[in-house]
Amino acid sequence: MASTEKHHGGAAHGSLKEYTIGLLLCIVLTAFSFGIVMTEAVSGTTAVIVILITAVAQIMVQLVFFLHMNTSSDQIWNNTSAVFVVVLVAILIVGSIWIMAHLNHNMMMGH
Amino acid sequence: MASNYTLVTDPHPLYGKLTLDSFPYHDPVLVTTFAAVVIGSIGILGAITYFGKWKYLWKEWFTTVDHKKIGIMYIITSLIMLIRGFSDALLMRSQQAMAVASESGAGYLPPEHYDQIFTAHGVIMIFFVAMPFIVGLMNIIVPLQIGARDVAFPFLNSLSFWLFVVGALLINVSLFVGEFAATGWLAYPPLSGVDYSPWVGVDYWLWSLQISGIGTLLTGVNFVVTILRMRAPGMTLMKMPVFTWTSFCANGLIVVAFPILTVTLTLLTLDRYMGTHFFTSDMGGNQMMYVNLIWAWGHPEVYILILPAFGIFSEITATFSRKRLFGYTSLIWATVVIMLLSFVVWLHHFFTMGAGASVNAFFGIATMVIAIPTGVKLFNWLFTMYKGRVEYTSPMWWTVAFFLTFSIGGMTGVMLAIPAANYVLHNSLFLVAHFHNVIIGGALFGYFAGLTYWFPKATGFKLDETLGKWACGFWTVGFFLAFMPLYVLGFMGMTRRLNYYDNPVWNDWLMVAGLGAVIILFGILTQFYQIFASIRDHKKNRDLTGDPWDARTLEWTTSSPPPFYNFAKIPHVRDRDHFHDLKKYGLAHKRPESYERIHMPKNTWAGIVISGFSLVMGFAMVWHIWWMAIAGTLGMLVSWIVYAFERKKDYYVEVAEIEAIEEKRYGKLKKGQELERTGQQPGKDGAADDAVAISI
Repeated sequence: MASTEKHHGGAAHGSLKEYTIGLLLCIVLTAFSFGIVMTEAVSGTTAVIVILITAVAQIMVQLVFFLHMNTSSDQIWNNTSAVFVVVLVAILIVGSIWIMAHLNHNMMMGH
Repeated sequence: MASNYTLVTDPHPLYGKLTLDSFPYHDPVLVTTFAAVVIGSIGILGAITYFGKWKYLWKEWFTTVDHKKIGIMYIITSLIMLIRGFSDALLMRSQQAMAVASESGAGYLPPEHYDQIFTAHGVIMIFFVAMPFIVGLMNIIVPLQIGARDVAFPFLNSLSFWLFVVGALLINVSLFVGEFAATGWLAYPPLSGVDYSPWVGVDYWLWSLQISGIGTLLTGVNFVVTILRMRAPGMTLMKMPVFTWTSFCANGLIVVAFPILTVTLTLLTLDRYMGTHFFTSDMGGNQMMYVNLIWAWGHPEVYILILPAFGIFSEITATFSRKRLFGYTSLIWATVVIMLLSFVVWLHHFFTMGAGASVNAFFGIATMVIAIPTGVKLFNWLFTMYKGRVEYTSPMWWTVAFFLTFSIGGMTGVMLAIPAANYVLHNSLFLVAHFHNVIIGGALFGYFAGLTYWFPKATGFKLDETLGKWACGFWTVGFFLAFMPLYVLGFMGMTRRLNYYDNPVWNDWLMVAGLGAVIILFGILTQFYQIFASIRDHKKNRDLTGDPWDARTLEWTTSSPPPFYNFAKIPHVRDRDHFHDLKKYGLAHKRPESYERIHMPKNTWAGIVISGFSLVMGFAMVWHIWWMAIAGTLGMLVSWIVYAFERKKDYYVEVAEIEAIEEKRYGKLKKGQELERTGQQPGKDGAADDAVAISI
């Protein structure tokens, strides 16, 4: 804004078509995960795994269609920060699962 | 207080849970405070009206998108909240100094009031004193240090500030309408759940943190983009000033850590409002998940506070040792390593929750590893001073005081990182002493150093040096008296947050700690007097050249205070110590031959208005006044949409205006340089008076 240039390069702004495809994909993915739980098509661990996969897929859809991430070189900072965030999120999720599993394990001593 | 309220289980459609009992009119202490606040506010508002300053405030400050003004407003708010947070500290210290008894009722604070005080103290000091202080300093300095004309998203910056103000307002409203949380500053469930905290205290906590937390998140995004995309040509990453580097890392941490807070608060909100059980054992919820999540945010948070302080010390040490910073590269890498490591240590806040040896050992070792890059930094500063011509100005006093206190705090931190020792020390006053040791002795001293160092840049005149040194002396002595006894008491087995205790041996140490708090009070009073006296004597302390300390980095090349566009010409950077490099080769203050028009953002009403509606929404949610919550939310959405459709958000500053401003600036500069040569005090001959324009 404060620079004299109007455009800084970096992320593109997308087209109506892109946004529509993204929105449709999001709706489908959300409806799908709700659907399999509500119709009880699958249950237990399978359901959790399917929901996890659709959730990750939806994250990718939003990154590509709404935040316009791609592999072009002028997006180097977007991609670097994406790697940074993915690593940290992985640390947090794996760490939390590890910690909580340990706590649960110790809660059930003697079993 | 809690014992007197009527619990409304079925909120009234018009005014929710709000009843006459919600106002603590039966508590003489609060009524007096309230009266004082009301009279004070009427006085201030009346004065603004009398002097006809409303239009000026609205046009120049409330709607501003200028990062320097937003920064100043952040720091003013932070200092005001410091008064509130420190009053809480004094209340706690005096209560504990007199509360030896075998049963409840000793001292002058009843338990439910005392619990609210220690909760409010923690929340206010972290969220509404430390955070705005450092965000304020970053706002003023980072764009100047990288040669930018504003932050990347000026409107977002204004919105961030006002959302933060709303959070602070909500906390202060809780003092007089209802109650505040009595749960400790992180509000662990099930105590913070609706069964054990049925009234509105925790709701105030939730909404004030949620709203101001969103503001902080936006700040993080804003500064990451600003630093990555708006640096002056030539300023590669490894030529950035250290404060910009550490601010960059801190903002990166904000972007990753604050969403965790947002989610955790949302889940607790759902537990309290919708009857879900994320954090209560019914229906398979898990209290320990809350602790896990809140610290996954909470640990990075302390590094968000301390990293920029490290940057401040780096700038100050290099400037006043008259040397290039020792080991710039190692210092930057140490910062980056700390940033990453801060995400693998969060379990050390709950070693005792029952994880097994392997988990505790991993997080214990990871915690100790952080001491290494931190130690590297201390040696960087010490070696910068080594064989330098160290000039002991008041920023340097704060820095040396920091070396001393922070080293002790760091070492007790490593002690706490040993899981076995932690089992003995956790939840004791040893822990309380440790984290005050690093937050006061590390972060806060850094902010005070930064405030003194950059004050002339923001306002055009220096703070009084002698008073600054007195303040630092009071703070340091007071700090040691107030917190060293707490280490001892921790070893003696005194736990934190006690309303009374029956061990008379502890009393002597608590008396000493109370005395320490009083000495810190003198420090704070000295600081407020220092600011007052410096404004009064601003003609004596004027900074005409823009470079009062003979400093090294880019922010000192422009005038003090800088023009609203910061730099008439965007500088080209060749060296890490850009300004020092210019001065060495006689290129400093070179007047460009011609100017070009400058593209600037326009002020906007949107930040303050959207935040105003968020205050309505937050207050309504606390009191379950649904119609008002809907109105507030709609207000936010509509004003945001209206703003989004506005066309003219920017304008050009024409060359003639720039030339006029720069003409004045070079006149001032010449006068300042002459005075410097002849060794005179500025201001005696009534030199250019517009230096204080920004300060009043």
